[in-house]
Amino acid sequence: MSATTTTSGRIVITERLTGAARLAELADIKTARKRKDRIIEFVLLMAACVSVFTTLAIVYILLKESLVFFSHVPLWTFLTDTQWTPLFDDAHFGIAVLLSGTLSSSLVALAIAIPLGTIIAIYLSEFANHRAREVLKPVLELLSGVPTIIYGFFALLVITPLLQKIYPGLPTFNILSAGIVMGIMIIPYVSSLSEDAMRAVPMSLREGSYAMGATRFQTATRVVVPAAFSGIASAYILGISRAVGETMILAVAAGMQPNLTLNPLEPAATITSFIVQVALGDLPHGSIGYQTIFAAGLTLLVITLSFNLLGHWLRRKYREVY
Amino acid sequence: MSPNSDRTAKIRAIIKSHKRWDIVFGLVGLAAITLAILTLVALFVQMTIDGLPRLSSEFFTSFPSRRAGEAGILSAWVGSFLVMIVTGLFAIPVGIASGIYLEEYARKNWFTDVIEINISNLAGVPSIVYGLLALGLFVYTFGFGQSILSAGLTLALLILPIVIVTTREALRAIPQMVREGAYACGATKWQVVSDHLVPYGMPGILTGVIIGLSRAIGETAPIITIGALTFIAFLPPIPFTGDVTAGLFDWLFSPFTVMPIQIFNWTSRPDPAFHANAAAASLVLVFLTLGMNGLAIWLRYRLRKNINW
Repeated sequence: MSATTTTSGRIVITERLTGAARLAELADIKTARKRKDRIIEFVLLMAACVSVFTTLAIVYILLKESLVFFSHVPLWTFLTDTQWTPLFDDAHFGIAVLLSGTLSSSLVALAIAIPLGTIIAIYLSEFANHRAREVLKPVLELLSGVPTIIYGFFALLVITPLLQKIYPGLPTFNILSAGIVMGIMIIPYVSSLSEDAMRAVPMSLREGSYAMGATRFQTATRVVVPAAFSGIASAYILGISRAVGETMILAVAAGMQPNLTLNPLEPAATITSFIVQVALGDLPHGSIGYQTIFAAGLTLLVITLSFNLLGHWLRRKYREVY
Repeated sequence: MSPNSDRTAKIRAIIKSHKRWDIVFGLVGLAAITLAILTLVALFVQMTIDGLPRLSSEFFTSFPSRRAGEAGILSAWVGSFLVMIVTGLFAIPVGIASGIYLEEYARKNWFTDVIEINISNLAGVPSIVYGLLALGLFVYTFGFGQSILSAGLTLALLILPIVIVTTREALRAIPQMVREGAYACGATKWQVVSDHLVPYGMPGILTGVIIGLSRAIGETAPIITIGALTFIAFLPPIPFTGDVTAGLFDWLFSPFTVMPIQIFNWTSRPDPAFHANAAAASLVLVFLTLGMNGLAIWLRYRLRKNINW
């Protein structure tokens, strides 16, 4: 003579109760349901915490190994030494050497991605008709869906020979071709976010501009772009942090020799390609070489994190509310 | 000619010269898009020319070899497949669950803010840093070694932000009245979520899962960092077979290689015969990832077309 709750929470009534007994029974069912809901909420909360644990683990692991590294190599030497030979007998740890590779490859990539990405964003948002946009945008996004190792292959075996025809002295491994391909890969990141920002600019601003007799181009460059500035800037910053963190294209096409230079026509190692190079070898756990990659990784994380925070801040500070 | 019509002609000339910029920019924009798309086409054409002759059934059923003509991608595609299973089994439930928590359950307080900021930052962490995390945590602290399990979990953490963000977007697009209607019928929160929100948001959630997995399958750097080997000429043990009978979960701890690493290995050899192998393997990988991306775009398109709340 009871009402039982099945696993799916549906109530099966076997025999009717009346009055206070029925009320008590309903209260019991309600408590059971509430308990179940609380357990589920807790499980979901734990899942949400996985991402927090991931961040904590990243910071913990990088700091732990880097601290050991910095007890062998003073921070000042790390920042000012001009040689990077961590695996030689005469070991030098000058991160500036790797930073120069990262800097020059990112600059080449951004010199491609930012102008092209911005032009494409303006074109898609202000010039293209609806149909063209619906087709072109997904096709462009495929560019960022291609695995980076394949871009590396493409840079080494297609772009480099092509560049060598124009400039015969170019070595097989060079920053330039890796940077160009990296730039093309980053275009969708820049164009997609910039376009979203421009499309969020209300129609009334454009209509006002057209009513004053401005042309499409004038409206786009003098009204829409300034109004969407914060979104466009954060798209650029996302592009920068992609370029800084990109690994495989550089590991394949830029060579892996440490080289303190900003000349993109030379081969050079970046922070990321150095980590790959060490990981490909067989380094014993706990050796100084092993700790070096964590120090390099920490540097990389600090750089990308500061760009991400800058982007966050820009979006917040300059966000126009319509 | 009256001075008035003279002025009109001048103004017309100014308008014309300004309008010329519209056309110029339209052409520049088209050229920029064409350049980007041409690169994609060139990549495809080059890979097809180099790789297609190597694509035969033996290519899929042979182990890598010292002789380029006999080498294949058997161990690579099996490895990729098994790693994806581990990644999916971890990232899909955890990602969807955290998306549901943040969108439907979380109260607006500082802790929720921390989780949200944290997820958007994680999405910007370079993939190689996940590799370092996995090297320190999974390989050495947990002792999983350089195994399929370590690689799968690494990639799962990497794509978690993608799954979470798309799950949230899918849930957010469901109008409030669906929730209110279900509550009005006496449903509990979990009943609302599991019977209504998740089924209705499924196409959006699936889009995120597919995009995440397509990113994971092409990811190279973190797997190299945990120390995956580049030359593997055996398969992970099949449960309950072999000379020493393999346990049900032994394959999780087996050494492995994946498609992108096999491509990297072949690309970095000087012998051009191996480059043809790399092109062929790239062709397979690109079809996999672009196929998955295409599926996701198609899902999103259908979703937008069919649902009218």
